[in-house]
Amino acid sequence: MHRKIIDVWVGLFVLLGAAAVLFLALQAGNMSSLSFTDTYVVTGRFDNIGGLKPQAPVKSAGVVVGRVGDISFDDKTFQANVSLDLNQNYQFPKDSSLKILTAGLLGEQYIGIEPGGDTKNLVDGDRINRTQSATVLEDLINQFIYSKAAEGKDGSE
Amino acid sequence: MILRFLEAAGRTAREGVEALGFATRAFFNLLRFSPGAFRRPSLISEQVHFIGNYSLVITIVSGLFVGLVLGLQFYVNLIQFGAEEKLGSLTALSLIRELGPVVTALLFAGRAGTSLTAEIGLMKAGEQLSAMEMMAVNPVQRVLAPRFWGGVIAMPVLAAVFSAVGIMGSYLVAVKLLSLDEGAFWSQMQAGVDVNRDVVSSIIKSFVFGIAVTFTALFQGYNAKPTPADVARATTRTVVIASLLVLGLDFVMTALMFTQ
Repeated sequence: MHRKIIDVWVGLFVLLGAAAVLFLALQAGNMSSLSFTDTYVVTGRFDNIGGLKPQAPVKSAGVVVGRVGDISFDDKTFQANVSLDLNQNYQFPKDSSLKILTAGLLGEQYIGIEPGGDTKNLVDGDRINRTQSATVLEDLINQFIYSKAAEGKDGSE
Repeated sequence: MILRFLEAAGRTAREGVEALGFATRAFFNLLRFSPGAFRRPSLISEQVHFIGNYSLVITIVSGLFVGLVLGLQFYVNLIQFGAEEKLGSLTALSLIRELGPVVTALLFAGRAGTSLTAEIGLMKAGEQLSAMEMMAVNPVQRVLAPRFWGGVIAMPVLAAVFSAVGIMGSYLVAVKLLSLDEGAFWSQMQAGVDVNRDVVSSIIKSFVFGIAVTFTALFQGYNAKPTPADVARATTRTVVIASLLVLGLDFVMTALMFTQ
């Protein structure tokens, strides 16, 4: 009888641990947003991906529709190959375009899909050629400085 | 003079290597006799009950207070940047990645490790272990292995409970006390905590700490001289060595897991 009571307590203890891990995974972690549904893979080529990382979200109209898979460099075209795992539930026209966007001023980078107007949809293995690179802050600042300098010249004349 | 210094340095190094080798042999000996202990799971579950269930209260209370304090402290600093929504992910990441496993292991060394060392040391002092050998019962299999596995099973459970309770504590402070937005708190946390990277590494960490602390406690108890003074000293050594081991191992594992 005594042994049985101990076993019950040990069982409760282990269950409590399992509940804690479940809490960490579902409530504190991103387990609930990880989709276990089927995905299809499309690739995009970018001139510059900025700070994009694998597992970054792919969003359309602000809704997460997939995740970034592998990121690799192509030394023939000197571009970045980014594979996207898109949720099978969401279909996009063949001429959709990709953009690398930033959440907020200092937030993480993600990919936005802009749907096109084609009647055919993207299928597994397709490549999207219409892409827009990440905005690099240094380039923006350079442009700003040059345009300011050019303005100054115009003003002095 | 110089010769004597060299001699002392050499002796220290030799003794260090010897002690390390001795501990390694004891560890493999323990693993070798573990299957025998697994054939009697009731012995292990008794130890999980003794080591784990009785450590629950202190783990939950510490976790709660660590979470409460983290919430308050991070809030003071984050509010200066207007980034107080980040509180959720900040507390959750520091608890899951570092504080959960490490603080639990330190508590575990103090709460369970000491009692293991004292128990085994007194068993040895009372010649119970020798008596077992006389009865052809292997004390490593009958006494040490169930305690070892009991500790190794209990430690990850305790660490997970600590992290979960800590997060609830920071939730209480952030949402109930400082009236942060509840949705932002949880969604920032979910955006920051990755299950594979953070939760799984946290479990691996606590598992390793469980092995380190329990083994240190058993080793110190088993190798204590059978006198009251040395059992007391062995108990102290358990806390010191186990705590240092946990901190050192934590640094190595953090460096391996979270640096890219």
